[in-house]
Amino acid sequence: MSAPSSALRTGRDPYHLGHGPATGVPEYTGHGGGGPAPKRIVVGYGFWIFILSDVVLFSCFFAAYTVLIHARNGGPGPGIFDLRNTAEETACLLLSSFCCGLASLAVGRRSLLWTEVALAVTGAFGLTFIVLEAHEFAGLVTRGYGPTHSAFLTAFFSLVGCHGAHVTAGLLWLGTMMAQFAAKGFKENIRHRYLCFSLFWHALDIIWIGIFTVVYLIGRTTP
Amino acid sequence: MTLLGKLTWQAFPLREPLPLFSGLGVFLILIAIVLWTWRKGHIPYLWREWITSVDHKRIGIMYFMLGSVMLLRGFIDAIMMRSQQAVAYRSPGFLPPSHFDQVFSAHGTIMIFFVAMPFMIGLMNLIVPLQLGVRDVAFPTLNSVSFWLTAAGALLVNLSLVVGQFDRTGWLPYPPLSELRYSPGVGVDYYCWAIQISGIGTLMTGVNFVTTILKLRAPGMHYTRMPMFCWTALAANLLIVAAFPVLTATLGMLLLDRYAGFHFFTDSAGGNSMLFMNLIWAWGHPEVYILILPAFGIFSEVVSTFSGKPLFGYRSMIYATMAICIISFMVWLHHFFTMGAGATVNSIFGIASMIIAIPTGVKIFNWLFTMYGGTVRLTTPMLWAIGFMVSFAIGGMTGVLLAVPPADFQLHNSLFLVAHFHNVIIAGVVFGAFAGYTYWFPKAFGFVLDERLGKLAFWLWLVGFWVAWGPGYVVGLEGMTRRLQSYDVAEWRPWLLVMAAGVAIILLGILTQIAQIVVSVRTRERRRDLTGDPWDGRNLEWATSSPPPPFNFAALPNVADQEPYWDMKTRAREIGQLVRPEPQYEAILMPRNTPTGFVTAFFAVVTGFALIWHIWWLVILGLVGSYATFVVFAWRDHDEELIPAAEVARLDRANRAARTTRLQERMAERQSERESRP
Repeated sequence: MSAPSSALRTGRDPYHLGHGPATGVPEYTGHGGGGPAPKRIVVGYGFWIFILSDVVLFSCFFAAYTVLIHARNGGPGPGIFDLRNTAEETACLLLSSFCCGLASLAVGRRSLLWTEVALAVTGAFGLTFIVLEAHEFAGLVTRGYGPTHSAFLTAFFSLVGCHGAHVTAGLLWLGTMMAQFAAKGFKENIRHRYLCFSLFWHALDIIWIGIFTVVYLIGRTTP
Repeated sequence: MTLLGKLTWQAFPLREPLPLFSGLGVFLILIAIVLWTWRKGHIPYLWREWITSVDHKRIGIMYFMLGSVMLLRGFIDAIMMRSQQAVAYRSPGFLPPSHFDQVFSAHGTIMIFFVAMPFMIGLMNLIVPLQLGVRDVAFPTLNSVSFWLTAAGALLVNLSLVVGQFDRTGWLPYPPLSELRYSPGVGVDYYCWAIQISGIGTLMTGVNFVTTILKLRAPGMHYTRMPMFCWTALAANLLIVAAFPVLTATLGMLLLDRYAGFHFFTDSAGGNSMLFMNLIWAWGHPEVYILILPAFGIFSEVVSTFSGKPLFGYRSMIYATMAICIISFMVWLHHFFTMGAGATVNSIFGIASMIIAIPTGVKIFNWLFTMYGGTVRLTTPMLWAIGFMVSFAIGGMTGVLLAVPPADFQLHNSLFLVAHFHNVIIAGVVFGAFAGYTYWFPKAFGFVLDERLGKLAFWLWLVGFWVAWGPGYVVGLEGMTRRLQSYDVAEWRPWLLVMAAGVAIILLGILTQIAQIVVSVRTRERRRDLTGDPWDGRNLEWATSSPPPPFNFAALPNVADQEPYWDMKTRAREIGQLVRPEPQYEAILMPRNTPTGFVTAFFAVVTGFALIWHIWWLVILGLVGSYATFVVFAWRDHDEELIPAAEVARLDRANRAARTTRLQERMAERQSERESRP
């Protein structure tokens, strides 16, 4: 990692984010005619494409939510959401992402201890988020506002639940990742995998910001 | 809750002879094939070299084989429908409605998802990395997973033939009919889980190929030097990445409705079935371009090679491809003009649909101008291309007609519509697949297919297609709606008999194609393609041997031109020797074969089957198995294999020698031509 950081200091473009290969640097980006990009770029780029497809998946659930928001079947609207719980969830998720960023720094420094600690805290915040969400869902269901009650609640549970399912899958991945770091250290392919994980984890934040806005904030102003 | 969920003996068609015997027959044939392979001792070879292979060429071939087998299956459905409608005038025919409904649903599902898609993805797998001048796709193991998940979906669809039933709601399960209340059986569940599993495979293919084309190209291959097939593959895969998640989400919603009592599309508690129409076609319309764009790419390659000219209007072709890629997302509503969107919305979508004809027209003219003034060789692939141009133009025109909302109100759901989409899919996608198949077969297997039988197959298909679907336009205009199990309109009868005859002609075409393979394999020794360039091709796939070595190229080619291989050949003739001197051979690292894809697909089938039949413990087992497979794969340390430099040198030197001989022959021919001229 020292080479790119020194390149950063000299003002060069270490990841060749501009077009074409930078002169005197043997690593290409795959842009233009520079030849195949190195594995790190290919892996990260491919995972970005996957994340974009995942964003499209969420967009369908967003669309369904906005279409069905008034289909209440005589039941309640977004007024039933507890914004305090939502604020706590948001805090958990953002802190989790922050710790994930710290873990990236620890990976960069090849510090196994700090990597594992940062990842553990990342996972703890993620788990708290899931618990809070499950608590919210359970509360709604016990009040009789389960997903089968109306199309609006169907859309709400599905959109938020889809995000929750992604976070849960991410936690499973996180645990596997921690085990891999412990067992195999900082091998190149493990670091590539971690790059993908952190992209995934941060992308879930972006989705959550959409949910926070569309479901909880705008929802509160919807009669 | 019982141990086997909803699965009982009643799921097996013990009292229905037709599905029972056809199912048993297929099962016995499969057993016989496995036994034969086992007795001959081929299983270890198949396992090592094919089933666990992560080589893009082999995966491509397996995709194509899957598509071919499924084509036979879907075609049997077509024969059943055509013969049913031929006899069902004022009579119930031989297929009861519940069975007829399964047949047309299965026909559509299989032909789109398990024939057209594997054909196109198979050819992309085989050719795109070769044309880009690289050694493999970006994620070889993921590629194998994609293939096996597609095969898993196909297996589930066919399993419904003997265990339970298939969906009876058409190839797209429109709610509220597909909701639990109106379709309580397992048919819709079979459909949904099969498509979910294969859809994930397709999405992974999309991710893989977008990354490959944008990030892995030979040195010097700028975007504006990429072969047209790579451009159309890029466009199709961008569409996959953007559209397939919509399919996953939509079917996911339908499944939630069916399994958990949700209300996305139900007709109670506020559910909205129009939401399904919009979402499914937001995937469905791009899907038809996912199929046709690679076909356009194949025709571009074929027309240019066999006209002996660079593709006319290369840049306009790129613009046309990308324009179609984008506009294809803005026309989905034309699939349901009649469902009450209102005049303004209908007009906008009608105009957008007509606009798509413009870039498509650009392409047709480009192909025509490529042929104009060229030395046209009427080989089998070229015949498919010309047959396509003529037929597809007509299919496109009926499409523009259907894009006019007032006309669509008359033609919606009629056989005119069905004739239109068969016209563009058979004469576009299927002809494209066959053109690519005959064109690239020598690259895949090292020998050329029999031309005489190939041309015969083309003519049978072309004539058969028009005899089968030309009358479809007529009965459609006469008011015949689609999916009729029986009818009592005397005017339709003669046309439906002609359509049945058309299917018989297509059957002859398929039999000719099977004969073509048998004959060609038997006489393969004198059909060998020794140089790797049997058609005098223009792009990099012809710059390596046929079949290519596992690493494709001993040294990555340097691209300096839009038609790199043509450029190399021209210069070689000028200097009288191969352009590139023998490289310094080095050992090459290639990804190791792995059963990950196969094992993942196994667990996917188990999970899908268990979900269909509500066998919850098995669902958990399948999911845990998938996760375990993932971890085992992630844990392996030794994931690449070294091909020694001596081996690389041996393979490459043999090919260089063949090419040198061919070059000298060529030059001698030219010399004698020049001398014989007065």
